[in-house]
Amino acid sequence: MNPADHAPAADPRKRVMDLLARCSRGQLEAAWAQVEPKPAFARLREPETGLVMVRGRIGGGGSPFNLGEATVSRATIQLTEGTVGHGYRLGTDKTAAEWSAVFAALWQLPAMQDVVERTLLLPAEEQRAEEAAQLARETAATKVDFFTMVRGED
Amino acid sequence: MYVAVKGGETAIANAHRLLADRRRGDRSVPSLTIEQLIQQLGLAVDRVMAEASLYDTSLAALAVKQARGDMIEAIFLLRAYRTTLPRFGTSLPIETGRMRVERRVSATYKDLPGGQLLGPTFDYTHRLLDPTLLGDDIVEQPANREDGLEAVMRVSDILGGEGLIEPDGNMPDDHVAGDLTREPMEFPMPRDLRLQALARGDEGFLLALGYSTQRGYGRTHPFVGEIRMGLVEVEFEVPGLDFAVSLGEIRVTECQMVNQFKGSAKAPPQFTRGYGLVFGQSERKAMSMSLVDRALRTEEFGEDVIAPAQDEEFVISHCDNVQATGFVEHLKLPHYVDFQAELDLVRRMRAKQAGRAQGEPREAAE
Repeated sequence: MNPADHAPAADPRKRVMDLLARCSRGQLEAAWAQVEPKPAFARLREPETGLVMVRGRIGGGGSPFNLGEATVSRATIQLTEGTVGHGYRLGTDKTAAEWSAVFAALWQLPAMQDVVERTLLLPAEEQRAEEAAQLARETAATKVDFFTMVRGED
Repeated sequence: MYVAVKGGETAIANAHRLLADRRRGDRSVPSLTIEQLIQQLGLAVDRVMAEASLYDTSLAALAVKQARGDMIEAIFLLRAYRTTLPRFGTSLPIETGRMRVERRVSATYKDLPGGQLLGPTFDYTHRLLDPTLLGDDIVEQPANREDGLEAVMRVSDILGGEGLIEPDGNMPDDHVAGDLTREPMEFPMPRDLRLQALARGDEGFLLALGYSTQRGYGRTHPFVGEIRMGLVEVEFEVPGLDFAVSLGEIRVTECQMVNQFKGSAKAPPQFTRGYGLVFGQSERKAMSMSLVDRALRTEEFGEDVIAPAQDEEFVISHCDNVQATGFVEHLKLPHYVDFQAELDLVRRMRAKQAGRAQGEPREAAE
């Protein structure tokens, strides 16, 4: 499937889940401390760690091939009022995956969206942009600026 | 008659206890932390992930620590661990064209969109041991350049625009990407499966094979069109959601090798390609993989298979270092009965020969 097929859909939950996958467990737990009142939730899917086969493309843009697997942790929860949240992330931190699921559900509640954005998503977005910019600055400093030596011959 | 022999339990338990002691070493020296290994021996961790075919920096670092730095043992440990996990599914193909590039060099174009970005490379170092590393040296922060990065165009697209190079490899429309971890190996093997095998193959083995093609054993006239290393998103379609979720980013190294021409009466000549893609920062492996990928396409281009690197069954069957070490190392396990049989055989052969020499049968005497 072509990723371009997904791009126009622009479900706002994608941004939320992508950012939550990058939040550390510490960030998620710190944000939870600021959520009031704390909603109750039940596990629809027990937190678990498994594998996703990561694919590449032949020649970089051709047919897919299986490059190798990555560890992934996931969880699905349901808030008492019914909203479902999924958490998926690279690595083996099942607790963080469950927190991601909780916040993915909370974000869908109009009353909670603001606190999730403020305590978690906007800072995560900012951090992600700053880290990317810093990496780009460091990489750019290693760019070769060619110049031509004029030799003293005819 | 087969007699089971027992009696090694205590020796084995004590050997493992001794191993744990030697692994830890002098207790007055601080124990390595996993974070230290990830931060300071990152390329060792990357190699273990690549050849174990499992991306997880923490577990790979743990494997390196547990294996006392024995890379193949660490790879074996991580491979064994992966068999304990269920598979959730398959990612969308990573898009290396959209990589957050940390290094990108081309040996075919000096000036190209995005430029030559050296990144954190050993190239151009003088390979002199640095005594400042004997202590806890203070390392300066990296230099920054504010004007940032331009879009980094793929070299294959530059050449492809003029039709001078073959396109990215496409399998037939109805082809489903094969998976070596699920299906037994069969030859001839399609290119997608070969790439999977090479991506998890032993770096040293692929390096030697790539080197052999350069020395004339199946020449392919390679140029490094492009090497890029950096971060790519891993996107996954979650059941129940109508969009693909990004699970996070992984670091990969990609090599586009540009090789000499192939044409026919109908098609004008164009450059051919070899492709390498490896987990982590591993340029040597990605380059070797691309050389071997191209060599293994010999028959596809109507050339004769004359060299080891072109022999698909030979290369693919022997590139997995976990399989290789398993078979080589099993030789040290008890073969007492097999050997007794051989010993008996050689004694009888010698007796027979001696008997012939003396003109009388001696076997009856034994």
